[in-house]
Amino acid sequence: MNKTINQKAWFFVIPVFVLVAFNAAIPLMTVVNYSFQETFGNNVFAWEGTRWFKQILLSERFHAALGRQIAFTFIILLIQIPLGIGIALTMPKKGWGVPVCLILMSMPLLIPWNVVGAMWNIFALPDIGFLGHSLNGLGFDYNFTQQPGDAWFTTILMDVWHWTSLVVLLSYAGLNSIQPAYYQAAEIDGASRWATFRYIELPKMKKVLTLAILLRFMDSFMIYTEPFVLTGGGPGNTTAFLSIDLVKMALGQFDLGPAAAMSLIYFFIVLLVCWVFYNLMMKNEAQS
Amino acid sequence: MAKITLKDLSHSYLEKQNSNADWALREVNIDWKDGGAYALLGPSGCGKTTLLNIVSGLLKPTKGSVLFDNKDITSLSPVERDIAQIFQFPVIYDTMTVYDNLAFPLKNRGLSETDIASKVKEIAEMLELTSTLNNRASGLTADGKQKISLGRGLVRSDVNVIMFDEPLTVIDPHLKWVLRSKLKELHQKINRTMIYVTHDQTEALTFADQVVVMHEGQIVQTGTPVDLFEKPKHTFVGHFIGSPGMNILPCEIKDGEINFSGQKIQSHKNIKESNFKKTQLGIRPEFINFSNNGIPVKIKRVSNTGRHKIIDTESSGGNIKILSNSSTEIPSGSAHITFNQKYTYVYGDNWIIE
Repeated sequence: MNKTINQKAWFFVIPVFVLVAFNAAIPLMTVVNYSFQETFGNNVFAWEGTRWFKQILLSERFHAALGRQIAFTFIILLIQIPLGIGIALTMPKKGWGVPVCLILMSMPLLIPWNVVGAMWNIFALPDIGFLGHSLNGLGFDYNFTQQPGDAWFTTILMDVWHWTSLVVLLSYAGLNSIQPAYYQAAEIDGASRWATFRYIELPKMKKVLTLAILLRFMDSFMIYTEPFVLTGGGPGNTTAFLSIDLVKMALGQFDLGPAAAMSLIYFFIVLLVCWVFYNLMMKNEAQS
Repeated sequence: MAKITLKDLSHSYLEKQNSNADWALREVNIDWKDGGAYALLGPSGCGKTTLLNIVSGLLKPTKGSVLFDNKDITSLSPVERDIAQIFQFPVIYDTMTVYDNLAFPLKNRGLSETDIASKVKEIAEMLELTSTLNNRASGLTADGKQKISLGRGLVRSDVNVIMFDEPLTVIDPHLKWVLRSKLKELHQKINRTMIYVTHDQTEALTFADQVVVMHEGQIVQTGTPVDLFEKPKHTFVGHFIGSPGMNILPCEIKDGEINFSGQKIQSHKNIKESNFKKTQLGIRPEFINFSNNGIPVKIKRVSNTGRHKIIDTESSGGNIKILSNSSTEIPSGSAHITFNQKYTYVYGDNWIIE
């Protein structure tokens, strides 16, 4: 069969090309531009080469922020993924409980991020907040505005409250797509509850869980609004995650060059982790 | 190994039942002998899967009881009943190898590694899976996966009954035949009770010694394939089995005679009178011949299938299909036909009058 060759078809790609250029490539290029130059305002630029990149990669401040960021993301993934699966497993599969649970689960996801931060800030205030006051009343020395441990605890609790629902909803969808025959077969094969989970439910949820982990990784690794409103990165710098630190550098100190370099490094870390993780998860899929 | 008895079994998926239509199963009574090969045949929604799930214990019947060797096991779970069931879609454990899949039911029952190994090896050989034992099960083709499902059912030597719920639905046509012969062969080799659910008459008739035909939640006839073909007890059986199905024609029983479209008909049994609301005549297309006198018909269409000719005709009492050898000369225009008396039945309200 002869293939018709008609290069004019490329014209159809133009709209997508323009769209991507405006929403991704062009803004990104300005960041690239800043990252290699020094600017003194008034559109005056001086070439700096890779200086900002070296400076950021060697800076202790960046290492500390990255360390906090990795710890935070790791902890919330460790809590949210198992907790989300657990809740999805206990949710009803039919009847009036289904819409009730789904709506309750969606609620936290529908609240604007800065509202979540403000809500938790008030909720956790040691003197007047319900959580803070109750904890102190129970004899805990709790003050998230003063003590780093309490600040971390509150930030993590807030993120778990805000985002576990996403894992629940994805897991629930994955669980519901499993044919009843699998459960029946497992029952006949004499499988225990754990074995049913391990060999049927978990493998069948693999795709949605990959998605859940990826989404939760990206969102938590780039988290800004909620901790900014809740703790403002404090006390000190103890909850200044990468985005908060970046904004401080770019807008607080007006160090545009180093901030641009940091943005790019930040972007490449997220991209790299997603790529590696996705390929690892899908490796077995390709073999079979 | 066990004899299976179903006693007055009824099941409904609804809380309250107002009419017959609310029951998925109605008053089912069956005796299945140990070691037999049985088929449950019927169209989609006739209750055959419900019946199967009640036997396996996945479903509790609303009324009635299930007995294995005369022991009531209605309240026992599938594991306690020691049964195996193979589903419409191949059910495999994706993350396990073929070997682990086959070993899974045995491991759950706490057998020793050596016992498991020898059992799995035996079954793998029987199903020709030996060469793939160490592969991941998810990489197999649909028929390979269905063989694994089958293997998990066969690997336990203690099962009372092996049940198949339309197991060949997702299998390619040319492999269907291979797997079906394999099943038949396995039945002869291991001699265990097997129940096979299907809506495909060829599958049922080739696999089973006894076929149970179901219709709207009821058993309409149980018998050998020959019984079902030669003497359908219900108009549904006549209609459902055979290709084309039985001709069901309205008739009248008057003055001690059977009347069809103004003609006196002889049936397999002398019927003098009836009190049924509706009486019908049943005759298979295979048992109708052309003759010089008899029922006048108009020939509408002749289709040649290669081996047979199917002739669509029209009589004053309704359309009649006739099946004849492809070598038979078919008269054109109008003709006369006669029914073979031995295979002409009268049905009162859809049930055979005997």
